[in-house]
Amino acid sequence: MSEELPRAGAEAPGEILYSERWTIRGGDFDHGGEVAAAVKSTLRQFAVAPEVIRRLSIANFEAEMNVIMYAEEAVLELQVLPDRARVTLADRGQGIPDIGLAMQEGWSTATPEMRQRGFGAGLGLPNIRKNCDEFAIESTVGVGTTLRYGVRFPL
Amino acid sequence: MKLAELAGKLELKAVNSLFDRELTGVYISDMVSDVIANAQAGNLLVTLQVHTNVIAAANLVDIAAIVVTQGKKPPEDVIKMADKAKITLFTTELNRWQIATKLYESGVR
Repeated sequence: MSEELPRAGAEAPGEILYSERWTIRGGDFDHGGEVAAAVKSTLRQFAVAPEVIRRLSIANFEAEMNVIMYAEEAVLELQVLPDRARVTLADRGQGIPDIGLAMQEGWSTATPEMRQRGFGAGLGLPNIRKNCDEFAIESTVGVGTTLRYGVRFPL
Repeated sequence: MKLAELAGKLELKAVNSLFDRELTGVYISDMVSDVIANAQAGNLLVTLQVHTNVIAAANLVDIAAIVVTQGKKPPEDVIKMADKAKITLFTTELNRWQIATKLYESGVR
């Protein structure tokens, strides 16, 4: 299953100025948010506008916590282009049977333990979509989920 | 208002170092997705949540300080992480409503 946001403009191939990959391990709550923090400091080195960094950081944190809560392992790849930053997050895991449901605010499969930690509001994927200019999700049950999202830099 | 001035007014004691800076407002929530999506840079976060993922979220959106309510004690790893992120951690025996009224009375908006 997949869902895609219409892109705001024509998809230009674009020159990749920089790319980096990080691994996220499922169940690793102790390090939750560290990859999002690493991406944030990378974007700061590229002098990306704080508001744009904020939006991508929100998306990265939600995506990272989703891997920690629901998947086995994932690789997050950041690409910095002249006019945007793109993230591809591919996980190995249970997958999402109904993406339409998972995209709905308030829908969650979080355990009571996760809820006690303040997760499970059903806002993870909606927060990613809301804060990004590009968003696509594909998932195969029993195999894994791939998210592609990105933010454009203000002109 | 500066954080140190507010801490003095409310007799809040930091459990880590006090990183003084100008406060831009207050956000009260226990849901991490709500905090990261809606709290603003320079905010004081009032919450019951005391684990490392909240500090990570607060750091990503540049929250100035956190008040942990109802006498909950932050574990050592949380205190260390807050120090590293330069986020001041306070604890209070008050609940979220009680601290909210005190914050308002002290002039924070």
